[in-house]
Amino acid sequence: MQRSEPRKQPPGRRRTMPWADVVFSALAHGAAWLTLALLAGIIVSLIVGATPAIKEYGLGFLWSTDWDPVQNKYGGLVMIYGTLMTSLIALVIAVPVSFGIALFLTELSPAWLKRPLGTAVELLAAVPSIVYGMWGLLVFGPLLASYVQQPLQSLFAGVPYLGALFSGPPVGIGLLSAGIILAIMIIPFIASVMRDVFEVTPPMLKESAYGLGSTTWEVMFKVVLPYTKTGVVGGIMLGLGRALGETMAVTFVIGNMNQLNSLSLFEAANSITSALANEFAEAGEGLHQASLIYLGLVLFFITFVVLAFSKVLLARLKKGEGSRA
Amino acid sequence: MSSVVGSPAHDGAASARSAAASALQASRQRMHAKRKRVNAIALTLSLAAMAFGVFWLIWILVETVRLGIGGMTLSLFTQMTPPPQAEDGGLANAIFGSITMVGLATLLGTPIGILAGIYLAEYGQKSWLGSITRFINDILLAAPSIVIGLFIYSVVVARMKTFSGFAGVLALALIVIPVVIRTTENMLALIPNALREAAYALGTPKWKVIMTVTLKAARAGVITGVLLALARIAGETAPLLFTALSNQFWSSSLGDPMASLPVTIFKFAMSPYENWQKLAWAGVFLITLGVLALNILARTFLRNKH
Repeated sequence: MQRSEPRKQPPGRRRTMPWADVVFSALAHGAAWLTLALLAGIIVSLIVGATPAIKEYGLGFLWSTDWDPVQNKYGGLVMIYGTLMTSLIALVIAVPVSFGIALFLTELSPAWLKRPLGTAVELLAAVPSIVYGMWGLLVFGPLLASYVQQPLQSLFAGVPYLGALFSGPPVGIGLLSAGIILAIMIIPFIASVMRDVFEVTPPMLKESAYGLGSTTWEVMFKVVLPYTKTGVVGGIMLGLGRALGETMAVTFVIGNMNQLNSLSLFEAANSITSALANEFAEAGEGLHQASLIYLGLVLFFITFVVLAFSKVLLARLKKGEGSRA
Repeated sequence: MSSVVGSPAHDGAASARSAAASALQASRQRMHAKRKRVNAIALTLSLAAMAFGVFWLIWILVETVRLGIGGMTLSLFTQMTPPPQAEDGGLANAIFGSITMVGLATLLGTPIGILAGIYLAEYGQKSWLGSITRFINDILLAAPSIVIGLFIYSVVVARMKTFSGFAGVLALALIVIPVVIRTTENMLALIPNALREAAYALGTPKWKVIMTVTLKAARAGVITGVLLALARIAGETAPLLFTALSNQFWSSSLGDPMASLPVTIFKFAMSPYENWQKLAWAGVFLITLGVLALNILARTFLRNKH
């Protein structure tokens, strides 16, 4: 055994770029700050851009129905109504369907089908909105008009209130078509959140209910749904946020008519996003542009509140899980 | 042993009891049948909902292929967008503009997104800046993209007094960032801490741990995020409407308005001209094909790595 010669001195700490750590950390911090600055920048630029309109109309803008670029008079109620109404129609359709899909994927589907079906639903979310728009305008709209709207109209003709809801020209363009297409677009978002929260329900809970003789439906509706209700509402809010801000699909099929005389679902209308998409590039600087930015600000405010609410609910569910685990 | 012959009174009580029992039995069975019926209806509806969801996907894909595949000619890729009612023409300038803007936006947005994702996963897991950034990022992820367009319009277009491809790139990059942040953070959070600790124990500085150990281990997931971001902006129309605008001619200068596939489709589809609508369907076919291919690629990529 030969003893190795002891080293004269310990190897010096290899000094490889001592500044690198500082720089890297600063870059990462900077990127995070940039995200915050982005949000602040969006809000500030919207407020600044909308200032002329805010000064001119104040909050009265929100319930005025004038929109007349020729006389330079603006009010946002028509667009705000269109945005809210189409999103409401979308939710009424999408929530039960999404629940059904999530139920199917978590409880009913055979294991080998789960993945392909889940992927198919998620691909529905990946299809660009312009494709939905063009398909809605040229393929879906005409079919809706002749096979759904006309029968509905003849069915409800003369019935008070309901008849008014289905009056107007059945041409497949308007609030109803926009709402249906929005529903198809937000189903994947709501369904995938629902599926995820259903899947984190403790199996013990479900098995206990099954052990007492509950049917699948009773387990879902009376055990899983109450347990996950914050998450489910969070998912619905996420879908609502998407529906409110969707632009192209709505612009294609809503008809872009500034009217609020008829509350019919078949009537062409306008939404915040489609007004922006159609008019903004051509609007001259001044009150017209400022009013459009004001609408954008209102839209951003509504979606921000809805999405923040959704995040808080989903975060609360996650926290609850932690304490129960 | 039940051969006891009871008195008539006894007999009556027994029959009353058995009648009550059978009534109870019957009501139980009714109840049971009702519950089973409700269950069957609910499960059928659930199956119908699933079919409903898949139905739309298939219908849209079939129509897109049916109406778009006829436009797949060589001239689609070599000729410029035509005037209305012209004989031929293609989408070459729009395809080029889309690829340029989407590519540059991804190049611009990805590093920022990855860095912020690294911050969230490696530096600020518990800090207030981390929580706020995470919250804000989730909101930006779902925020209306047309508002991003408004933002870039007032910051860039209104200042430079002209619509430009550059503004379009910026708007798309702002959509890339939140997507990449989200996936990067999620993927880095999956890396076991033992890996980090082992690297630190060897005296590795933090930046090197992140770059050569954790980020490397999470590479597949991060690339998936970038692919998904790419797929997302490839079909985005709203943020380009008043940033890049559109251009009827070939334009490779980022300082001028630039054509893009989605905006061209929008313009052509809303027009009454038949040749424009035909080109729009061809464009829709291209975009759908590209976006779905990117999505499937991203998914298989992630699955193979895990």
